[in-house]
Amino acid sequence: MNVRGVTKRFGDRVALRDVSFEAADGELVALIGPNGAGKTTLLSIAGGLLKADAGEVSRAPREVGWVPQQQAVYSKLSVAENLRLFARLEKCADPGAAVDRMLEQSGLRDRANDEVGTLSGGNRQRVNIAIGLLSEPSVLLLDEPSAALDPRQRARLWEFIEGLSARGTTVVFATHDVAEAERHAHRVLVLADGELLFDGPTAQLQGPSDGDFETAFVEFLRSKGH
Amino acid sequence: MRWLLLKDLQILRRSPLLVALLLAYGALVGALLGFAVQRDDAKPKVAFLNEVPASAVGIQVGSQKIDASKYADRLFESVDPIRVKSRAEAIDTVRSGDAIAALIIPRDLTRRLQSVIRLAGTGAPPTVEVLYNDENPLKTQAVESRIKARLADANKAISEKLTQISAGYLGILLHGGSFSLLGQKFSVLGLQRTRDVVQQTLRRLPTGAPQRADLQQVANFAQLAIDNLDLSKPVLASIGEPLHVKRTVVTGKHVSANAFYIALAAAVTLMIIGLFLGGGMLALEREEHAFGRLVRGPVSRWELLGEKVLLGAIAALAATVIELVVISLFDDLRWGRIAGWMLALLVGGLAFGAVGTAFGALTRDVRATTLLAILVALPFAFLALIPSGVVANWVYDVVRIASAIFPFKPALQAVNAGLNDADPGLAGPLAHLAVLAVGYTAVARVGLRRFA
Repeated sequence: MNVRGVTKRFGDRVALRDVSFEAADGELVALIGPNGAGKTTLLSIAGGLLKADAGEVSRAPREVGWVPQQQAVYSKLSVAENLRLFARLEKCADPGAAVDRMLEQSGLRDRANDEVGTLSGGNRQRVNIAIGLLSEPSVLLLDEPSAALDPRQRARLWEFIEGLSARGTTVVFATHDVAEAERHAHRVLVLADGELLFDGPTAQLQGPSDGDFETAFVEFLRSKGH
Repeated sequence: MRWLLLKDLQILRRSPLLVALLLAYGALVGALLGFAVQRDDAKPKVAFLNEVPASAVGIQVGSQKIDASKYADRLFESVDPIRVKSRAEAIDTVRSGDAIAALIIPRDLTRRLQSVIRLAGTGAPPTVEVLYNDENPLKTQAVESRIKARLADANKAISEKLTQISAGYLGILLHGGSFSLLGQKFSVLGLQRTRDVVQQTLRRLPTGAPQRADLQQVANFAQLAIDNLDLSKPVLASIGEPLHVKRTVVTGKHVSANAFYIALAAAVTLMIIGLFLGGGMLALEREEHAFGRLVRGPVSRWELLGEKVLLGAIAALAATVIELVVISLFDDLRWGRIAGWMLALLVGGLAFGAVGTAFGALTRDVRATTLLAILVALPFAFLALIPSGVVANWVYDVVRIASAIFPFKPALQAVNAGLNDADPGLAGPLAHLAVLAVGYTAVARVGLRRFA
């Protein structure tokens, strides 16, 4: 995925300023930064939900799986009904097969007929991600995928995401949890006040410092005036 | 759109309380209106106290006696009388709610009526007394109106009878004849025969006879009296009912009040369900955070809006049809016009569904949408019911604008035309509703920018 020179304004406020990055097949890229940095805006533009004022994204929205921060699922429908609805709307060639595949991959087959509203937060998030993967996209964008999950649910979620990456899906995820980015991402993008400040492996951001990654991240932001 | 519509119907099916309320709303309104329409024909209960002694119910008019009790029956034609024995009992009956009013015929009514007929010109006029609760202005107005109408009927009947008797006496005076008074029979020569007798006498008198001038004066007077008394019958008739009313409908076909109430109830149900479903289900997409997921690819914003408008229309149509079916158990529904009123309900439902989606797009959640729908819809509906001529011109101009920009009035007109063949017919209101449906869907489309 190639994102080139993306700029986005909301009125007078510049949310993104000339942001560019690339993500290779099977790469797990973390997008980190303070609140209001522009992470969700960047993912929304990459996912085709928002239009950029300038710049371009190499992939059309239908090629990109998009998983919003808040679980975008119908709580009154069952897991299978949610998947079937979006498989039909996404015009999957064989909606039934797509539903079967995602029930299998998400490990929710035994909960297929349960209403989503009755599931735990972790399982709802798995349904949320599964919907994003129905059309077998080569790129998956995840906005705060592990927010509000307990440690056990988080571990299962990352196991699932890393499995996708291992199978060649490019995954770009936004997170507040820098430790999570360090643990799971092959590469991090640091965004602050709409500007991309860093693009590289975590070790490069941390440098020779003896402290932990989070401390190094805060120091980095401070050094850049944020 | 098909899958989205099925999804929304599935969600509704999983919300049995909401669906039950929606369906029950139509059925309940239908049943209540049905009862009300049926009760409208029923006579209200009115306590009745007649203090006139049985021996004094007659009124003497010349040689004839009129039974006043016969005319009192006129008062009961549109009420169900509860006979009471005293004024206190009459008051208690009204206070307890057993009767909506009490009518008291005072002891001296026939005496006073007799006094009026004799043209005595003394004393108070004959008066009946009406007691009622003033707790509810609408009820008071209805009772007053009914009793006044019946009193007017009774007055007219008495007046007609008196006119008839007077005209009979005038006829005897004019043409001659006989009448009875105090058991004795009297013969009257009559003005016409008097004139003839005088003229025959005049012809027999010599030309220079001194009586001739006097007799000629008598003959002239008789002729003058005949000419004028001939006019007296219509004059007397006009005293009984000096003004007549001729009703001519200038605009609009006549529709009974009951038929109009049914159309009104249908329009209200259409409005409530269309607004709530159209707006609520769109706002739900936002509450469930599914909006972004839908419009980033699989569904266009126009498609999403179209689906919600259609959903609102289908639900509104279903609830209103249930309501009308329930009403048809109580009152005649014109099933022969089903194509017309179904079309009116469908297009009206689309317009209200579009307004609902506009509300849903402009607000952030289902509760705000519902609140906005109530706050906006009710004043517009009330404004649409204000008839011309009862408010200042500039106020009515405001009413016309409000009625033009909100679908309630055209929906009411369309349903009324569909059900009752009322003016202004179907075509105009349907076109108006179609324009509003498109306009409000466009407003909703602009409002959706907030969703992103």
